[in-house]
Amino acid sequence: MAAYLLRRLWQMVPTLAGVVLLVFVLFKAFGGDPAEILGGLNATPQQIESIRQQLGLDRPWWVQLWIFVQQIASFDWGRSWATGEPVAQLFASRLPATLTVMLPILLLDTLLALPLALAVAAWRGSLTDRLVMVATTVALSISFLVYIIVGQYLFAFQLGWFPVQGWSDSLWTNLTVYAPLPVLLAVLVGLAPQTRLYRSFFLDEIGQDYVRTARAKGLAEPVVLLRHVLRNALIPILTNIGLALPSIFVGSFLIEVFFSIPGLGREVLLAVNRSDYPVIQAVTVYVALLTMAVNLLVDLLYMWADPRVELK
Amino acid sequence: MTAASAGHLPADAPSPGVWSAAARRLRADRIGMACLGVVAVFLLLIAASASGLVAGGWQREVAVPSAPPGFAGPRPVQAPGALQAPAGPRADLSDVDPLAPRYGEWDARAAQFRAVEIQRLQTLPLGADRMGRDVLSKAVKGTEVSVFVGLMAALLATAIGTLLGALAGFFGGRLGDALEWLYNVFTSIPGILLIFAFAAVFGRGIGTVVLILGLTGWTGVYRLLRAEFMKHAVRDYVRAAQAIGASAASRMFRHILPNVSHVVLVQLSILTVGFIKAEVILSYLGLGVPVDQVSWGTMLAEAQSELLLGHWWQLTTATLFMAVFVTAFSLLTDALRDALDPKLRGLE
Repeated sequence: MAAYLLRRLWQMVPTLAGVVLLVFVLFKAFGGDPAEILGGLNATPQQIESIRQQLGLDRPWWVQLWIFVQQIASFDWGRSWATGEPVAQLFASRLPATLTVMLPILLLDTLLALPLALAVAAWRGSLTDRLVMVATTVALSISFLVYIIVGQYLFAFQLGWFPVQGWSDSLWTNLTVYAPLPVLLAVLVGLAPQTRLYRSFFLDEIGQDYVRTARAKGLAEPVVLLRHVLRNALIPILTNIGLALPSIFVGSFLIEVFFSIPGLGREVLLAVNRSDYPVIQAVTVYVALLTMAVNLLVDLLYMWADPRVELK
Repeated sequence: MTAASAGHLPADAPSPGVWSAAARRLRADRIGMACLGVVAVFLLLIAASASGLVAGGWQREVAVPSAPPGFAGPRPVQAPGALQAPAGPRADLSDVDPLAPRYGEWDARAAQFRAVEIQRLQTLPLGADRMGRDVLSKAVKGTEVSVFVGLMAALLATAIGTLLGALAGFFGGRLGDALEWLYNVFTSIPGILLIFAFAAVFGRGIGTVVLILGLTGWTGVYRLLRAEFMKHAVRDYVRAAQAIGASAASRMFRHILPNVSHVVLVQLSILTVGFIKAEVILSYLGLGVPVDQVSWGTMLAEAQSELLLGHWWQLTTATLFMAVFVTAFSLLTDALRDALDPKLRGLE
C-alpha cells in the first residue's frame, strides 16, 4: 500500500512538470508583455524597464522558469496585478463561497440521480427508453444559459420565491437564502444527463449472469438491485464522481457570474478579462495538482468498492 | 452503395463495405433520417446566409427599438403624461425673444438640406432587439456563426487528436510515451480552466475561439484513435502492406485510417455539438464572438436584460434555433454512431 502510494506520487511528478511547463510556455510565448500590462498606458520606458527588472523579465528564460517553479513550491504568487491583493489571500477568501454552492450541487446531483437511475433501469421498456432518450436530448440541446436566465426571471423576479442575487457573510444565510436558487437550477439541469449515464452503468450490470443467479435463488428484486447491482456499478460511478470533483473547486463560472456569488470562478473570469496572469496561472497549476490527487483517491476507493481490484 | 440499395444481394456479389452497410442502417432509422433532413435545411440556410443571400442586413436598424413580433401586435401607444397640451393660439413672443431676428435665416439654411424621415416598422415577424434590428435576421446570421465555430473547432480538434493518436498508437515506444505524457498534462487541467488560460493569452475573435476550443478539446479523440491504431497496427492487412513496401505514413493514413474513419466521424459530430454549446457560454461570458458579430451566445447575452423588460422574443428565437439544430444534430450523431459502430450502441 505504502509502496503503491509512493510510486503513484512519483508518477505525478512528470505530469505536474508538464502542467507547469505548459502554463509557462503558454503565457511566455503568446501572452502580452507583463511589464506593459502592469505599467498601464501611461508608463514611461523607465518605469517599464524597472518593472521588468523586478519581475526578472530581463533574465534568461530558464531563470524565469526557475522563479516560476519557486513561486509554485512556496505558494507565494505575489499580488494580483489588478487589485494588489495577495493571490493566496484571494483564493482563501473566494473558495468558501464556491464550495457553499458547489458541494450541495454535487451531493444532491448524486443522491438524486442514483435512485432515479436505478428505478429507470429496473423499470425499463423499449418505448419508455426511447422517449426518455429523446426527451433528454431535447432538454440538453437547450443551453444551460437559457435555463438560468429563465429560472432566475421566473423564480426570483416574477414569483419572488428567492432573492434575485446576492451574498452575505454568514454561512447559514448563504445556504438558506442565496444558495438555494442556483443550486436548484444546476441540479435540475444536471439531473437528466446524470440519470441517463448512471442508468447505462446499471443496465451493463443487470445483464450479467450473477444477477440472473441472484434472481434464480429467490432474492427479492430490491435486494438484487441494492446489494448486487449497485455494489458492482460503483466503479464507473466513482470514476464519474471523481471526474466531477475537481471542478467543484473552480465552481460554475456561469452560476457565479449570474447570481453575483463572490467565488473563485467569477474571480478567474475577472482575471481573464483583466489579463491578471498570476491569478490564472496559480489557479491552473493548483487545480491540476488537485485533480491528480483526486484521481489517486478514486483509485484507492476502487479497492474499497471492489476487493478484486489490485493496486500495483 | 448500389449493391446495398438493391435489397438482396446476388450470391457472387462482394459483401457490402462498411460505408454502404452503414448507409443502409442509417436509412432504416426514421428518426435519424428526419434529423438528417433538418440538419440539411440548416446547412442550406447557413450557405445562403454566408453568401449574403439572406440576413445580409442583420445590422440595419429597421424597426422601432424592441418592436414586438407581428403576431403579438404593435406595442400599445403610451398614455400621454399628466401635462395637458396648451390650447388656443400661440402667443407672439418676438419682441422679447432675443433669437427672433435669426429664425428666418435658420429656416432658409435648414431648407437647403433634405431630411429623410426613416420609416421604422412597428412590428417584425419575430420582433426586434433593443436597437431595432430584426431578430429573425440575427438568428439566421447567428446560426451561421455558431455552427461555423462549432464545426471548425471540431475539425481542428479531431485533426489534432487523430494525428497524435495515430502517431502514439502506431509507433508506441518513446514517441508514444511522450504523447501519453502530453495527454496526461492536458487532461489534468479541468477543461473550462484550460479554455480560460488559453483565452487569457490569445485575445478575442471568431478565429481565436476556434483555435482555443480546438487546441483544448483533442484529448478524447486522441484516446480513442490511439487504441484503434494500436489494435490495427498488428493486423494482417497492415503487415501485408508493410511486406509489399508501404511506408509507415502510407500504412497509417492510407491503410489504417480508412478502417477507423467511422470512429473519427462519430467523434467529430459529438465534438461539434459540445463546441456549439461551449461557444454560446464563452460568448455570454465575453470571451467568444466579438460584439460586432452575432451568434446564439451574444443573442442570449442581450436577451437576459431584455427579459426583465418583458421582451421575450429574442430569447425565444435564439433558444428555438439552437434547440432545433442541436437536437437534430445530436440525434443524427446517435443514429450515425448506431449505424457505423453497432458495438457502441446504447453507451453514452
